[in-house]
Amino acid sequence: MTTPAGCAIAGVGHTAYSRGTERSTLELHLEASLRAIEDAGLRPSDIDGVMPSASARRSAEDFISNLGLRELSYSATLHMGGASTVGAVQTACLAIEAGLATAVLVPAGRRGYSGERISTSQHVVEAIMAHHQEFEIPFGNIAAAQWFAQAAQRHMHVYGTTSEQLGHVSVTMREHAQLNPGALMHGRPITLGDHQESRMISTPFRLLDCSLESDGAGAVVVTSADRAADLRHPVVQVLGSGQSHGYPPTSLTQKPDMAVVSALGVAGDKAFDQARATAGVRRSDIDCFLVHEGFSWYVIAGLEALGFVKPGEGGPFVEEGHIKLGGRLPVNTSGGALSEGHVSGVNHLIEAVRQLRRDVPVARQVADCSTAVVATEGNFFDATVAVLGRAS
Amino acid sequence: MSAPRPLPIPTSLTEGFWEAARRQELVVQRCADCGAWRHYPQPLCPECHSASWAWTPVSGRGRVYTFTVSYKAFHPAWEDQVPYVIATIELDEGVRMVSDLPHHDTPDVSIGATVEAFFDEVSPEVTLPRFRLVSDGVASAG
Repeated sequence: MTTPAGCAIAGVGHTAYSRGTERSTLELHLEASLRAIEDAGLRPSDIDGVMPSASARRSAEDFISNLGLRELSYSATLHMGGASTVGAVQTACLAIEAGLATAVLVPAGRRGYSGERISTSQHVVEAIMAHHQEFEIPFGNIAAAQWFAQAAQRHMHVYGTTSEQLGHVSVTMREHAQLNPGALMHGRPITLGDHQESRMISTPFRLLDCSLESDGAGAVVVTSADRAADLRHPVVQVLGSGQSHGYPPTSLTQKPDMAVVSALGVAGDKAFDQARATAGVRRSDIDCFLVHEGFSWYVIAGLEALGFVKPGEGGPFVEEGHIKLGGRLPVNTSGGALSEGHVSGVNHLIEAVRQLRRDVPVARQVADCSTAVVATEGNFFDATVAVLGRAS
Repeated sequence: MSAPRPLPIPTSLTEGFWEAARRQELVVQRCADCGAWRHYPQPLCPECHSASWAWTPVSGRGRVYTFTVSYKAFHPAWEDQVPYVIATIELDEGVRMVSDLPHHDTPDVSIGATVEAFFDEVSPEVTLPRFRLVSDGVASAG
């Protein structure tokens, strides 16, 4: 076996996902962090870098104080909303490859049910929201469901995407959640009829098109791939990563083409170019796709933006069952934000690592899983993408 | 009586937009050098990087680029308005603005529908430039 190059995700961990918690966001982050560090086979004192989450209002000091980190040598915070999670992994890799740190902790997640709840506007509002606050909220365009609904409406208008196709995404995520005892919607299967009868939130989105409001946190530990090879799990390498900030950044409504998440395409191209250069991995090699989906439509948009299908083909692709386990490209095998929990996409990242370790129950395991793509979205179509691979 | 709308808090850069709305005029930033329209307000023209610009009147006419009909009010101000339409309007000048449509426009909204601006004086200090559908060249009542 050759020494793997670049960086790896050596540890993953998370809290239970719940709707209702007595614990603070910091307590959730600390539990997830300790689990991820233990999973890697490291000690807290080994951590010398941390990427605190702005969406959860966390700081490096939270982790220095509670984990007793006396040798923290690198910290940075991204301001890309949900896209910060994979972006933080990318930045952790840069810090490690530059020799600034050796083991970087990336915690994420929030009290999306009990605290920073989006539907009641209790979530963290970052500076990027200023124009939206001034020019859209006074006109009733308040919640993410309403912004993304307008993108989905445009997609339906341009490509003929249907509500039933959105429903196939929701049903598939729910089917996958039945294979994940830790998913919030485990034991609560749905049919396409249930989707079609669920109450309308903001056309075309029904209740079952919207991700869950949940409490919980997850964390990963990034090290060099070389070091990960000496730790306890099969090595999951970061083969490529990309970040893109959509233009213009002021609001979803200002995107030249709201039906296309162009930043996701840009970030994906960067990630795939690197993965091809470093490991010969191409799009067509990808075994599973984990996309942080605030809404059902985003899975369709993500498949198209990343070039897994052509623009407009996402709806038929999901309708034909290709995103199910056993299909051509299984998507969100743990249930995703629609059915596992909304944890700022860190649950998607954790699932990708577990699939690549081949460490999930057999019914959920993608056969011979060797490559995975994780995509996270945040703010107004900002996007980050990582291509992960199991070291051979 | 529904709760008041959340109101804009103008900055030194944006106050000209809201002052114009108070006198029932719709204005947009226009670059004094290259002529590009821009919205939302910024100090520099992203095309030519000029810092020279002027609030410039626009037609107030445009089309619905996309929309959503909201059945849930995410703010108490819209609780007695649901279902209500939020539309993204593309003005004839090319810039986009967001507006809720008058309640009676809800059944008739579609992508591409023609709209025009009207002025909603929501408080003594704040007038919101909003949009309504225009059918057969005749505007619906505000």
